[in-house]
Amino acid sequence: MAHPSDRKYSNEHEWVLVQGDVATIGISDFAQDQLGEVVYVDLPSAGDVLATGDSFGEIESVKSVSELFAPLSGEIVEVNSALGDTPETVNSDPHGAGWMVKVKLEDAAQLDALMSAEEYDAFIVEG
Amino acid sequence: MRYIPVTCEQRETMLRVVGVADVDVLFDVIPEAVRVVGGLDLPEGMSEIELSSHLSALADQDIAASELVSFMGAGCYDHYVPSVVNHVLSKPEFFTAYTPYQPEVSQGTLQAIYEYQSMICALTGMDVSNASMYDGATALVEAALMACRVTRRSTVVCLPTVHPEWQNTLATYSDAGQFSLCDQPSADVTTGATVLASAAHTALLGLAEVLAKGDVAAVLVQSPNFFGSFEDLERMALMTHESGALLVVATNPVLLGIMEPPSVYGADIVVGEGQPLGSATSFGGPGLGFFTCRQEHVRQMPGRIVGRTVDVDGAMAFVLTLSTREQHIRREKATSNICSNHALNALAAGAYLSAVGEHGLAGIARSCVAKAHYLREQLLATGRFRAPWEAAFGYEFALEFLGDVRSMQDTLLARGFFAGVDVSDVEAEHATGMLPAAGDNLVLFAVTEKNTRAEMDAFAKEVASL
Amino acid sequence: MTEKLAHAPGAAPVRGPRALIFELGAPESRCVEAPPLDVPMGVVDDLLGGRARRAPLVLPNVTELEIMRHYAHLATMNFGVDSGMYPLGSCTMKYNPRINEDACRLPGFAGLHPYQPEASAQGALELMSGLSDVLAEISGLPGITLQPAAGAHGELTALMVFRAAHTARGDARRKVIIPDTAHGTNPASVSMCGWETVTIPSNEQGEVDVEALKAALDSDTAAFMLTNPSTIGLFDSQIVEITEAVHAVGAYAYCDGANLNAILGKARPGDMGFDAMHINLHKTFSTPHGGGGPGSGPVCVTEELAPFLPGPLSVELEDGTFGLGWPEHTIGRVRSFYGNFGVLVRAYAYVCALGGEGLTEVAEQAVLSANYLKVLLQDAFEVPYGRTCMHEFVMSGARQKRENGVRTLDMAKRLLDYGFHPPTVYFPMLVEEAMMIEPTETEPLAALDAFAQVMLTIAEEAASNPELLKHAPYTTPVRRLDEAGAARNPDLRYRPPEA
Repeated sequence: MAHPSDRKYSNEHEWVLVQGDVATIGISDFAQDQLGEVVYVDLPSAGDVLATGDSFGEIESVKSVSELFAPLSGEIVEVNSALGDTPETVNSDPHGAGWMVKVKLEDAAQLDALMSAEEYDAFIVEG
Repeated sequence: MRYIPVTCEQRETMLRVVGVADVDVLFDVIPEAVRVVGGLDLPEGMSEIELSSHLSALADQDIAASELVSFMGAGCYDHYVPSVVNHVLSKPEFFTAYTPYQPEVSQGTLQAIYEYQSMICALTGMDVSNASMYDGATALVEAALMACRVTRRSTVVCLPTVHPEWQNTLATYSDAGQFSLCDQPSADVTTGATVLASAAHTALLGLAEVLAKGDVAAVLVQSPNFFGSFEDLERMALMTHESGALLVVATNPVLLGIMEPPSVYGADIVVGEGQPLGSATSFGGPGLGFFTCRQEHVRQMPGRIVGRTVDVDGAMAFVLTLSTREQHIRREKATSNICSNHALNALAAGAYLSAVGEHGLAGIARSCVAKAHYLREQLLATGRFRAPWEAAFGYEFALEFLGDVRSMQDTLLARGFFAGVDVSDVEAEHATGMLPAAGDNLVLFAVTEKNTRAEMDAFAKEVASL
Repeated sequence: MTEKLAHAPGAAPVRGPRALIFELGAPESRCVEAPPLDVPMGVVDDLLGGRARRAPLVLPNVTELEIMRHYAHLATMNFGVDSGMYPLGSCTMKYNPRINEDACRLPGFAGLHPYQPEASAQGALELMSGLSDVLAEISGLPGITLQPAAGAHGELTALMVFRAAHTARGDARRKVIIPDTAHGTNPASVSMCGWETVTIPSNEQGEVDVEALKAALDSDTAAFMLTNPSTIGLFDSQIVEITEAVHAVGAYAYCDGANLNAILGKARPGDMGFDAMHINLHKTFSTPHGGGGPGSGPVCVTEELAPFLPGPLSVELEDGTFGLGWPEHTIGRVRSFYGNFGVLVRAYAYVCALGGEGLTEVAEQAVLSANYLKVLLQDAFEVPYGRTCMHEFVMSGARQKRENGVRTLDMAKRLLDYGFHPPTVYFPMLVEEAMMIEPTETEPLAALDAFAQVMLTIAEEAASNPELLKHAPYTTPVRRLDEAGAARNPDLRYRPPEA
């Protein structure tokens, strides 16, 4: 599977899409496929501050729970509350309507630590 | 070979297939140093007829309270168990079944538990129930832990009038460090309940003052309490919520047939001992811990839960759900370590509540309350008891005996009566603070629909003649 | 060509209308009512101090026939040990003897109140003491509590005992080590005891990596929890080295006794160096699972730890009678009353029936039956740990997944069509597409052979007709469920239709 090249990826399977100084975060198509049908997403609130590497939420399928790890740091400016009613959007549109949080980008240099789509595609094959 | 259908000849065949000469070879991996030599030092096995005889002999040594006239309660009640209940429990498809992890072949268990959950919610007025816990005491502990998770606080206040054994259990779990117990408000010897607000110039501590110290996750109250008296749930709910804590109420499920459920007063979690709903007293176990909460907190509720869904053909079906809360998935972050629950006792409760319905339950509860009030009157009329307080009660009450409780009970047992429960015996393991102020010789009496007027009159007559 | 077993449950699928008990009967229907009142009745609201129920109460209103038919109908949709084989690894789904059911219902047991005078409950107290003695002999650990209501409850109780013992020495510790094959209740119990779990990897043989264990052990380790035989069905022959290493840092070794069925009379955890263990009476000792419980999880400990056990316990007194006593430095209670007494009665009856020799035969046959099945299935399925197993073994559905796109889940669901309950699946997580198979000693050879034959058939189906398996089962009372829907939109209780 080829992941979209307009964004970067973490080794915890999150993607980061930057527009201006706002970074949108979600989980990759690979991740949603591994999880199976998503039944619940536990997200923080707008105003919370993320620190790189910290757990910022959880995503549940019927038989598993995975933590969401912050790929970068910054203040959360928006949370995708639609996922409360339709968590399955994470499965059907993980790179679009399945986005999770939008964060005010603190330091653009943090993106350098993330993988490109090509690097991520290779990473998931190895893993 | 008891319960082993494989014959000696078949064993030989199996050994050949496995490729070993002797079954002992299969145990070679066990280091010699730790092997049992010479077998277990245990008596020989009994034939069924010997076993039957042995078990009967043991049981015959006991004088079962349910066979005599009993007025014992204190957390375990001798209600009538309808015939249908034991017939349902004896169906092998239910009692020999495993946990319903494969729902396609477990619809019987799953639907029965869904129905049980529904009935417990109906009784308590709460939104959701789990599939059962071990007993009222551990359900109360789990409620405390849940409240800590929900409020993100770690201090719990347990009212002094909660059953001493449950308080003991709570203290044991608290020692393990996941929550702490703060000061308790005082027991109120004038009402048999709890002091809500400290009065000036007394050493009594009120709930208000305890909450004012802050950071409380939950207030744990039992109503009717250990002494049979009611607590002021309405005022407690206000105080508790104002302080940001959750109100956990433990209550009697039979009395809920005619009593306002704790939900009405604003309880956040309602638990209790469900043994009165169709389980024998059975020397105290297995019982049934029922556990209910508000919809908004369901993901923090411990225990298994059955939910309704459909199968691929659209047929109604039931399944264990919201499993990510549990130990087999969440492991160290699980809401609880509970795995096995008390499903068969929950099945009994569902069958019981179906057999009695709301009319039968109300009738039974009214009967218990009326008889308990009658007995109390008769006992006071003997002049051998004193009332420690005048307070409303359900079907359990405390009276102070004007004499030695133990010899009174021994004498009456010889005449065919179990004369209540000596409170100081139960309090020996955990004090409520009600003694000695309310009296040294407090006895708890419970009366159920099984007790007849004739029995109560005969009992009172024996008491009077002491 | 496999014959469909005559006792396959749901062979004729129940597709008719299915009602909840709330939907049966009529408002006037009655089954059991209170007897006529023989005492004066006051006003309920006055008697209850203004607390009379005003909130509506909706319970079923049905007649006795409707109740019995309802539960009979539910029973047809349920599989039990009486229906067929449950090869569930680490669950020990053995036969539940009927005399045990009769025993716990004897009025002299079922009718006892926990607070009746000890002199009037001597039979019950003797039974509890007798059962404790048997468990002490079997475990090799003399200190017994029968209080815990389940295995997980026993685990937590033992951890609390460890904590009390460490505290008594002024040596508080914070961590518990578990292998990656541990049952989920282990780390969950550790958390409930306020401690931190440290997980160590298993080695290539699926056993404890002793070097990793030694590296993880330090003066902050409270305990090491191990299931032996393991959740892979293998006896870890390094066990003495393991418990010695644990003791060397002043920690306690805990044995999760779920797999005790494999070593009854052959080896004792106390002799292996374990300081405490729990026993699952509803596994090893034949008490019924009841659709999820009640079980019972007695805990056995060394003489050193016995003073910390929860109380009260039944003890034999000097005059030969029995009474309730509290261990000297007890941690307190872990529940109300004395334990799941009704379950204890069943276990007691079982051990009396078997005796020492009978219990040893249990382990011998359980282990032989598991090895027999392993031999029959090890060509068709990958068996990652191929050496002699104990009472259970783990297979992997990895080949079927690789070659045919068929998962263990699909094969498990197909087993239901053939009248067998599936084995434990997807546990332990160490094995990909795991299937853990434990036949127990109470299965006839014909059942073992039939099970093996069905598994081989399913392996063939996986190769020739994978789609068939992906949509199995077909003949059960309901087919595959929408579990995601159940979790997304939880419907957890019946709500009466709006009036």
